[in-house]
Order: sequence, then structure tokens, then C-alpha cells
Amino acid sequence: MSEILLKIDEKEVKAKKGMTLLEAARGAGISIPTLCHHEKLEPYGACRLCIVEVESRGWTRIVVSCVYPVEKNIIVRTRSEKVDRIRKMILELQMAHAPDSFILQDLAKEYGADKNRFEKEPSFCIHCGLCVRYCAEVKKKNAVGFVDRGIRKEISFIPEIASKECWNCKECFQLCPTEALQAAYVLVEALAFPSASTESVSEG
Amino acid sequence: MSRINSPAELEAFRKSILSERDPNKTCITLCSGSACHASGSREVAASIQEEIEKQGLNGEVEFRRTGCHGFCERGPIIVIRPEEICYFQIKPEDVPEIISETIKDKKIVERLLYTDPVTKEKIIHESEIPFYKNQGRLVFGSNVRIDPKSINDYLALGGYSALAKALSQMTPEQVLEEVKKSNLRGRGGGGFPAGIKWEGSRNAPGDIKYVIVNADEGDPGAYMDRSLLEGNPHSVLEGLTIGAFAVGSHEGYIYVRQEYPLAVENVNIAIKQAEEHGFLGENILGSGFDFIVKVHRGAGAFVCGESTALMTALEGRAGEPRPKYIRSNVVGLWGRPSVLNNVETWANVPLIINKGADWFTQYGTEKSKGTKIFSLVGKIVNTGLVEVPMGTPLRDIIYNIGGGIPGGKKFKAVQTGGPSGGCLPEELLDLAVGFDELTKAGSMMGSGGMIVLDEDTCMVDVARYFLEFLTDESCGKCVPCREGMRQMLKILTNITKGKGKEGDIELLQELSETAIEAALCALGKSSPNPFLSTLKYFRDEYEAHIKEKRCPALSCKELISYYIDPKKCQACGTCRKKCPAEAIDGGKNLIHIIDQEKCTKCGTCFEVCPSRFAAAGKVSGEPVPPPIPEESRTIVRKRKEK
Repeated sequence: MSEILLKIDEKEVKAKKGMTLLEAARGAGISIPTLCHHEKLEPYGACRLCIVEVESRGWTRIVVSCVYPVEKNIIVRTRSEKVDRIRKMILELQMAHAPDSFILQDLAKEYGADKNRFEKEPSFCIHCGLCVRYCAEVKKKNAVGFVDRGIRKEISFIPEIASKECWNCKECFQLCPTEALQAAYVLVEALAFPSASTESVSEG
Repeated sequence: MSRINSPAELEAFRKSILSERDPNKTCITLCSGSACHASGSREVAASIQEEIEKQGLNGEVEFRRTGCHGFCERGPIIVIRPEEICYFQIKPEDVPEIISETIKDKKIVERLLYTDPVTKEKIIHESEIPFYKNQGRLVFGSNVRIDPKSINDYLALGGYSALAKALSQMTPEQVLEEVKKSNLRGRGGGGFPAGIKWEGSRNAPGDIKYVIVNADEGDPGAYMDRSLLEGNPHSVLEGLTIGAFAVGSHEGYIYVRQEYPLAVENVNIAIKQAEEHGFLGENILGSGFDFIVKVHRGAGAFVCGESTALMTALEGRAGEPRPKYIRSNVVGLWGRPSVLNNVETWANVPLIINKGADWFTQYGTEKSKGTKIFSLVGKIVNTGLVEVPMGTPLRDIIYNIGGGIPGGKKFKAVQTGGPSGGCLPEELLDLAVGFDELTKAGSMMGSGGMIVLDEDTCMVDVARYFLEFLTDESCGKCVPCREGMRQMLKILTNITKGKGKEGDIELLQELSETAIEAALCALGKSSPNPFLSTLKYFRDEYEAHIKEKRCPALSCKELISYYIDPKKCQACGTCRKKCPAEAIDGGKNLIHIIDQEKCTKCGTCFEVCPSRFAAAGKVSGEPVPPPIPEESRTIVRKRKEK
């Protein structure tokens, strides 16, 4: 594999062709915040929190590091006034839905985000898609998916699959950055197979 | 039909078609595009067939149902050739007279002609009507002569000769060079040079490559791609096949909206005919080049007009865009090099190959060559599809072709480029239309939507409307688009309801920056445009809404009140009778007064008040004048003296 040299935050970084900026940065011990990234999953590029500034051939632009492939001789800045400003806005937008998420609260502190900037719509889910993608890509079960689109988009378990697969798995629970999944799962469980949930209560 | 195996056989076949056609034989063409279909062209067609038979003209007159003529405001349209006599807004009951008078006796039916609104002169011929006269129809022009279900009609006009030329006289590289030289830019929105896109795919590694037609036109009010695909499907197929030859692709897709049933039907018929004639399939025209085309019906998502979302949908998954850091002409459909161009772009290709890049580049501006089809809608006299050379000033399109604003109203803005385009004010009416010119002015070419707005339109509400559309149509994947627009829509809605706050404009600007810089796809990145362009040119309207709770266009319902001017009211009682809320008090010779508590602001009184009185009016940002005292309410009329 050919090596690619680039500069991230003033540090010379060696990367392999085909790596993303995020992988290269993390490999060099430079941290970039993410919400929808998971090393076992295909890059998704949805939360946009991992944006960085890339300078190449004299011009600078904002790119999304979890999907941007490394290029030789580019200069990457993981923090800048603009990057921080946009990250702050992204966090504020997400906190309208999940104000109590610990991950979001920690990041909000770092970027000075105000969790009360936008009117609350506590749906809890921030559409990172970790549960959906983990179930599809790693477990290959597709028991949970996205339904609808735009601002009406939400995650939903497919009762026919969930009733067979989820009870003994639940691996997606710990991935959820807002603990929304658990709520959604419990809700569907209650609706779709009420007998199972009563059994678990009596066993517990 | 046996296959045509060489360019020579094609020319022989074309000759045989032409030899059976007498150019002097009377031919009635009836517009049967979707717009005319809606205004009853099917019934007119039945009536024409019936009358031809009834009046004993079978065999003497040809009848052809064509695609869209573009002058949709006046449909259904009949053109009688070879004289080119044009009749508008035809109803089935007009047909017997047309057949007996014009076809049999060569007399004109005056009442069905176009009347020039200014000179009041009746115009007989299509080419003399300002709507047509001021256009330059290179791509759309054949629509009026072709029955889209007949490949022979297309062949009679020289169809597939560009394909024959490309396959027999040119190498793929030469085709590519010609298209590059023509500087044909993508008609779907981005304006990316087609030749460079094709070259990228041609040079990309891999044996399997795809060419794709984007017929997922979804802008509100836009229907140029629809009309082209419905009216002249073979021109798109021919362009696509030439492109495939240049790129080295053997498989093409047409991604067309399921909501366009006639386009789906006609393009499927066209593919079948092209296969039977040997313009598609194996060893096309004996050249050794193989190419097949499949139709994929879209499931009604606006975002699937975005190239990567379209490809994801073609792969059978939910139509969500993907990052474009590696272009889809290198890694596209199923990870293969894929050239995606819009319907109109493909339809330009046969012209460029047939007539050459030098011919093509004589039309247009320095950086935008050829023509562009616009869908001219909104507050405009001549609604329809217009094709003009790039570089035509907006004013010419709106006034010379479009006939200006109806009802004596004033022009306020023109919205170009679809939902993520922008609004351009009167000061920019002399702007020449072109990709870069429109972008520089804060709007965009988009796929060619052009919505004219008059003085009664509130620009904040226009921004809110388009944002609402985009919020609905976003795929919902990335945060800056989904969440950013959710908040932008909330703020804009509040402003139009009089709940705007100090700081709203700045917050909207900040949300816009996040979307432009960080959204995943073109839909998200351009989603703030409706807001940004209206703010740029109509900031005073935003400020009036926020600071004075006033809607200058008197349009935002929650910021206006209706009232009756006591000096003008003649107590005719019309408004009182029509008011659905029973909010109007009055009586015989008694000046009418609106009870503001009961008024639902439906606007009925304003609409029904006779224009000779014009007593019902609107106010915004100021209180309604107090009702006139009871003692002065009675109108004393002078008795006519005998």
C-alpha cells in the first residue's frame, strides 16, 4: 500500500491510500468528535460533527472527515473558528431533541453550545443511525430501520423481525448516544409482543 | 419491422417513409401533452377523428396527436399544416366548424385565432405569434411535428442520423471532443460540462460503465423534462446512445418519475421501437456497438433528482445522497463509473453531433452555450414552456414571450432554479440568463423553473413556502439539512405570523451558513437560498414583518385586517351576502362595517366588492380605522328628477 503524507494540526501524518481523514487523525492520536461514526460500520457522514478544514492548492474548504479520503500534501485543521462555530450549531440543533444525552452535554461544554437555544422537541433520537446500521451491517438482521424522510424521519423496529431476533441480542442498545433506542425498543416490545414483556417482568 | 443494419439502410428506410408522405397534404396536429390532456385534448381528438369520417375526408387529411407545444395557457392547440394555421383553446364543439370551414373550404375561423392583447390583431400563423416568434426552439421545436408514439415521425425529421454519424464516421474520442468543444453544460441544475463528465467516466478504470437519464424533475411548477420525454422520447434515447458510445457504456437507465405516466408510457414505447429497428440492442447499425436501456420508475422523492440519491435509489435502496468526494462518474451506480445527465442535456446531444460544436456555440453566452427550456409559470399572462438562447434577458422572457403580468399588477420578482433557487427583483430584469449569471445574482439556473411573482406576493412567505417544500422533501440523513431546515421553517413561519423577534434574521443567517458549509448534498447546501436571496433583495419586507408586524404585500393573513372604506361603500350588499363568517353588518343604504372579532380574513369581501366601488380593502401594521358613527352610516342618494 502506498503511503500518503499529509499534515493534520501542524503534525506530519502518514496514512494509507483509501483511509479517511478521521482514521488518519485518530491513528496519529488527534481526536475529532463524532456522533454517527463506528469503527465496525461503513462511514455514514450524517451528523457532520467531524467536519474539518482542508487546505489544498491554496484554497480552504470544509469537509467531513469520516468520509473524506486522505490526499497527499493537504493541510488539515481539526479546529478553527469556523469549524467550532458549525459544531456548536450542530450540537445545539441536536440538543433540541436530546438535551439530557451525556455525550451531547460533554461536547456542548467543549464547544460552548447552549442546549436551550432551540425550542425542545424531545424525540430523543438524533438519527445517527448507529442502531440501524449495526443491525444491518454487523448483525445482518435489519430488525430496526428508518421510516419516512425529512423532519418526519424516525427509527422503528420491524415487529416481525424484532420479535424473533432482538430479545437475545440488544447489542444496539449500548451504541445509542441518547439512550433513545431502549425507549423505542421497549415501546415496540410492549406493542408488538406484550406476552414477552410480561414474562420478563415476572422472571426478573 | 426488420432491423436496420447500416447507416445506408437507415437512409433508404428514411427515404421510403418520406416518399409516402406528401408535404402539401393537409395535416391537423393536436397538442396532446399532459397540460392539454388536462384541458380536454382527448375529447377534441375523438371529435376530430369523428368529423374527418363524417365529412368524408378519410385519407385526404392526416391527423397527428403530438407532444406539448409549450403554449399551455391556451391549450388545447390545433395547428393545421402546411399553412400553419393555429387555433387555441379548442373544445370538441369547435371541431365540426374547423373541419368544414378550414379544412374543406380553406377559410379561417376567426374566433379561434390568437388575439394580440396589445394591438387586438388576430394572428393566423404559429410563427407570427409573439409567444413563439421570440423563442429559439432548437430542442423543443420538433415536439409540434412528432407523434411521440411514432418512430417514423422522428425518422422523417432526420431522427437517428446523429447516431448513425457517430457510429459510422466518428470514434468515441471524436464524439467526446465534439461534445467538449460544444461546452454543453448540464441542464439539470449544476451546469457541469457534460463532455468533461463523460471523459472522466471514459478514462475511469473498469469494463462496466453506465449512462443514466435523470427524468426525476420535481420542482413545483416545472415540466420541461416531462414534456420533452413525453413529446420526443427518441431524441433523448438517441442522445443517450451517442453518450454511451463515447463513454464506453453498454447499459443505460432512464430514471423517470412514476407521477409522469405519459412519459413512462411513451419512453417505453420508444425503447421497444428503437430495439425493433436496431437503434438499441446488439450491433447497432452494424457498428459492433451494443447498448440497452432500462426504465426505472421513481417513487416520488424530490431528493432523488440529486445524482447520488438517484443512483442509490436505482440500486434499490432508500434514495439518500452519499458523499461526493469521489465523483459518481468515477464511482457511481453499483460502484461503477456512471454518467448522469438530465433529459434536456441528452436531447441536445444529437443536435451537436449532427450540426457540429461550432453551430451549437453560436447560440448563447461565453460560458453558457445553446438554448435552455424554461417553465414559465406564476403571475404571467402566457404560462407555458419557452426555449430561448442562453443570454436572453429575463425581461424578454417575461414580457416579450410571457406577455407580462396579468390583471394590471406590478412585477415584483422572478423565482428561478426551483425550490433551492432564488428570487430576483425588478432591478435585475435585464440580467442575461446563463448558469454563472444567475448564480452570481444569488439564484441559479436549476433545471429551468421560472416562477413570476407580482406585487401581491409576500417575499417572506415565498421563502417560507419553499423551505416548507424542502423540509418535506429532505431525505433527513444529515443534521444541517434536517434539523437546520426544521428550525429555519419555524422561524420563518413565526415571522409571517407576526411572532418574529429581534435576532431572527441573524439566527437564520447562522443556520444558513451551517447548511451551506456542512450539509451532505446539493439539496441541503442550497436549502437556505430561498431565504438568502429574498433577504438580499427584500430585506425591508423581513424588517417590516419583524419590527412593525406589517406585511407590505398585504398577504400574510395574521398580519392584515380587512375593512370597508366608508367613503367608497355604496351599500350594495354583495360582501355581506357572501361573507361566510357573517362578519359584515349593513343594510339597504347603510354603509357596511366588518366586525373584526368575527372576521376570519378569508378575503371574500375583498374579492367580491365590485371594482367600480373598490370599497373593501386591507391594512397591515396599523389599526383598522374606527367604525363610522351610526348617525353617519346612512347613504343619502339624490333622487333622479323626472
